[in-house]
Amino acid sequence: MESLSNLLMGFGVALTPYNVMIASVGVFLGVIIGVLPGLGGTSGVAILLPLTFVMAHTSAIIFLSSVYWGALFGGAITSILFNIPGEPWSVATTFDGYPMAKQGKAGYALSVAFVGGFFASLFSIILFSFFAPPLAELALQFGPPEYFAVMLLAFSTFVGLGGGSAIKNLMSALIGFLLASVGLDIVTGTPRLTFDSVTLLSGFNFVTVCIGVFGIGEILLSAEESLEFRGEQGRIGLRDVITTIRDMFAKWYIWLTGTILGFWIGVLPGTGATPASFMSYGMAKQYSRYPEKFGTGVMEGVLATESAAHAAGIGALLPLVTLGVPGSPTAAVMLGGLYIWGLQPGPLLFIEKQDFVWGLIASMYIGNIIGLFMCLLLVPLFAMILRIPYAILAPLIVLVSSVGSYAVNNRLFDVWLMLLFGVVGYVFKKLQYPLAPLAIGLVLGDLTETALRQSFIMSHGSFSIFFTRPIAATCTAIALFLFIFPTLRLLVPWLRNRLWAPRGGG
Amino acid sequence: MRKAEIITSAVFLLISALVLYEAFSLGFGWGLEGPQPGFFIFWLGLGLGLSSVFRIVQVLRDRGLLPGANFVSAKAWPEVVKVLVPMVGAVILMEFLGFYIASALYLGFFMRWIGRFSWGMVLLVAFLFAFSHYLIFEKWFLVPLPKGLLEPYIGL
Repeated sequence: MESLSNLLMGFGVALTPYNVMIASVGVFLGVIIGVLPGLGGTSGVAILLPLTFVMAHTSAIIFLSSVYWGALFGGAITSILFNIPGEPWSVATTFDGYPMAKQGKAGYALSVAFVGGFFASLFSIILFSFFAPPLAELALQFGPPEYFAVMLLAFSTFVGLGGGSAIKNLMSALIGFLLASVGLDIVTGTPRLTFDSVTLLSGFNFVTVCIGVFGIGEILLSAEESLEFRGEQGRIGLRDVITTIRDMFAKWYIWLTGTILGFWIGVLPGTGATPASFMSYGMAKQYSRYPEKFGTGVMEGVLATESAAHAAGIGALLPLVTLGVPGSPTAAVMLGGLYIWGLQPGPLLFIEKQDFVWGLIASMYIGNIIGLFMCLLLVPLFAMILRIPYAILAPLIVLVSSVGSYAVNNRLFDVWLMLLFGVVGYVFKKLQYPLAPLAIGLVLGDLTETALRQSFIMSHGSFSIFFTRPIAATCTAIALFLFIFPTLRLLVPWLRNRLWAPRGGG
Repeated sequence: MRKAEIITSAVFLLISALVLYEAFSLGFGWGLEGPQPGFFIFWLGLGLGLSSVFRIVQVLRDRGLLPGANFVSAKAWPEVVKVLVPMVGAVILMEFLGFYIASALYLGFFMRWIGRFSWGMVLLVAFLFAFSHYLIFEKWFLVPLPKGLLEPYIGL
């Protein structure tokens, strides 16, 4: 019940006129970011980060998280009306959303995405409110070995469950860690990997790198296919919303599995809304009575995808607030924001910054309500943004990105770095190297290294410390299993061929 | 595609060599009070190096792994260069002219060159962008953007 009184206190913070306004502006900008195909949630939040420097901490986190909620809503608009995913997590929304729009059911598809996503968010926030305090309490007992084990777990989920090539996931994470270690050594203050350059002493800023690889990389990628948006018209009537709610009740199991799956995947460090949305779509299709109809415009496809994506977005903030470990790349940028504002992310926030934590949780409810109504009412307006020609949109995004990377340290060198990492991001995307491990490695690098070195100091250089403490041992064991998992997957068929295959025709 | 994969892995291998060199010169063993500064990067560098070699072997051995497609198709890559070069130009201009003028020039150039907009439209959008950014960043959010040689003349 303490949670309830804390939540009420949080509403007191989040419902001040200024914070409601901040949330509305955040959601509005978020929807625009979500709608624009060249601008994703991660780079969008990174670009807007400098605007929070003059805000109070609570307003700042409300602003950034509202942008995230807005982007979660906005991605569906582009997917359904234009058959182009506005965000990576709404790729699966195009599968059934666009066919629905072509059949003249655009309003219905949009309303399924918004209403389904909204209720998924709502359910997830309730889960969040009740899971967060005990998890933070548990995390308070964490020492360096536990923290390192959790980080290890975060990166092993990429390698083991991230999808795509395991080795590429691993390489991407290692490069992120290496980028993080450029600059002064956190323990001894020795310059590392700076190669006698003064500019490199302060290291690579994660905002610059994220804007580069996610934002500029995406612009370069979209340059290949001369983008011309040709879309369907969409307007949501009251009848669409009523039909949606009725159909959602009939298909409640799809919504519920999508939401719980999404929340859980969001909580897992590192994996955010994108894998959650694909998994949920796959599950809904596999267990459907008519899987062959998926892809031709069934509402279940949109419902499963959007509810999982929204739930994962909320879930991704749970480890961020309780452990200081981001649950998704976008949450990683927010974590970077917390450091810039001078806050120490982690369980202590629940004790020292109660208004911050509960203000954030309360604002999740408010932000999602704002997002739902804004999207239901303003869809035609948001869809109009896509009528802006690429020749204006691309340079605009480049310029706004430059401002974002410049403003963190006030130096143009960072804008050059942004361009460099834009090219890196482009190459990574072309060769299907995942970018999320890199971003999270960069943000968590210092924390991971400190935890590892402190653990070794505690144990006088022995690895056993990660296996003798119960929480650390559990996490380490799961992490090791996940690291080995891809190898097993390769090895098992190979062994089977060797051992059971008929030998020499006999 | 195969060539691009191998080049990328080779670049990573080179980076890992640099990192290992740095780790050796910093020391990566056990110092007086714990691991030495090169300790963490030594293992990272080693991991990256081994993964790159593994990846190169993987690409070379598995002929069915990659489609024969080019990294960038012959038709697409001029488009990418057309977007990339003005970007670089814009940042060079920012070094000399400051953000506002450089951004207006870049936006205008891109609109005229790629989008073939009328001059009126070009001027309008470029001016509105620079002016609104001035208001948002300089006035409301107090984030000063880089200024060049020309701003002092109009009293900014």
